[in-house]
Amino acid sequence: MSDQMHVRTGHDLAPGEEEQHSVGERVLGYVVGLGLALVLTATSFFIAGTDLVWQPSIPVALIVLAIAQMGVHLVFFLHITTGPDNTNNVLALAFGLLVVFLVVGGTVWIMGHLNANMPPMDQIMPMRK
Amino acid sequence: MSMTATAGRAHADPHHIGLVVEHPGPASKRIVTAYGFWVFLLSDIVMFSCFFAAYAVLSGQTAGGPSGSEIFEQRNVAIETVCLLLSSFTCGMASIAADVRNRFWFYLGMTVTCVLGLIFLTIEFREFADLVARGYGPSRSAFLTSFFSLVGCHGLHVSAGVLWLLTMMAQVFAKGFRADVLRRMMCFALFWHALDIVWVGVFSVVYLLGSAV
Repeated sequence: MSDQMHVRTGHDLAPGEEEQHSVGERVLGYVVGLGLALVLTATSFFIAGTDLVWQPSIPVALIVLAIAQMGVHLVFFLHITTGPDNTNNVLALAFGLLVVFLVVGGTVWIMGHLNANMPPMDQIMPMRK
Repeated sequence: MSMTATAGRAHADPHHIGLVVEHPGPASKRIVTAYGFWVFLLSDIVMFSCFFAAYAVLSGQTAGGPSGSEIFEQRNVAIETVCLLLSSFTCGMASIAADVRNRFWFYLGMTVTCVLGLIFLTIEFREFADLVARGYGPSRSAFLTSFFSLVGCHGLHVSAGVLWLLTMMAQVFAKGFRADVLRRMMCFALFWHALDIVWVGVFSVVYLLGSAV
């Protein structure tokens, strides 16, 4: 058991690389990922067009489904896991996500306030003359 | 003596996770290459996030032009999404085939990936051409500018990916499954899967949220 662990963790794993599996297991991983992604996609398209659910919940549901699907892609297609041999890949991903959330969140936040505090265009035009 | 041995062990296992590797040495070239490419992909995703932020801010600024719900066709987007998803799957099959050095399945997987990518690009190009023909080009409104730049940027990435895919097939044909060709194949697979992740954001935020508003 411990000997096996030594062999397996001789090096980190490259992103996109799996631990030693047989071909059948690897194919199965992709099939599971594809199935989950298809289900999430179908749910997204269904939710967007339906009036069965409370309408204001739709945008939130769409965003949650999108994030879930990105997670499925990361785990089953890119093989980013939380294993000790994947630490570097996860750290790089975490930093990338930090920047993404700063950029998107900061932009939406600031521009939303600017929009709310700006007078309508027909009032600005006389000011500029 | 035992002190140095303990110090060496602590060095080999800095996080105390119980897996001690004595003097593992520098990482292999396969890991270094793929890790560098992974960092590039993350920076690419950061760039896409800027386009997403611009779209989120400008999606309501239609300047009297059409809004998202008037120009988006759910059916086309669904077909595009399924194409990209399946191509991600076949790309994974091709990379498994490359790892076990099976030429037939490699060529088959890559060909299917290429065809699905081309179907995606065709649908997207026709959508763009149709919008421009109706006078809804990128210069019509701030909303359309951000729409064309975000979706067009993803389309350019897919086009580059298809070209890369063809060169990978040519390299395997001419050089076989050499170590350097396999490293490039791994980077290509990462690139293609990352494009699919970006597309998940595009169809959710641009097409589905955009037509809900």
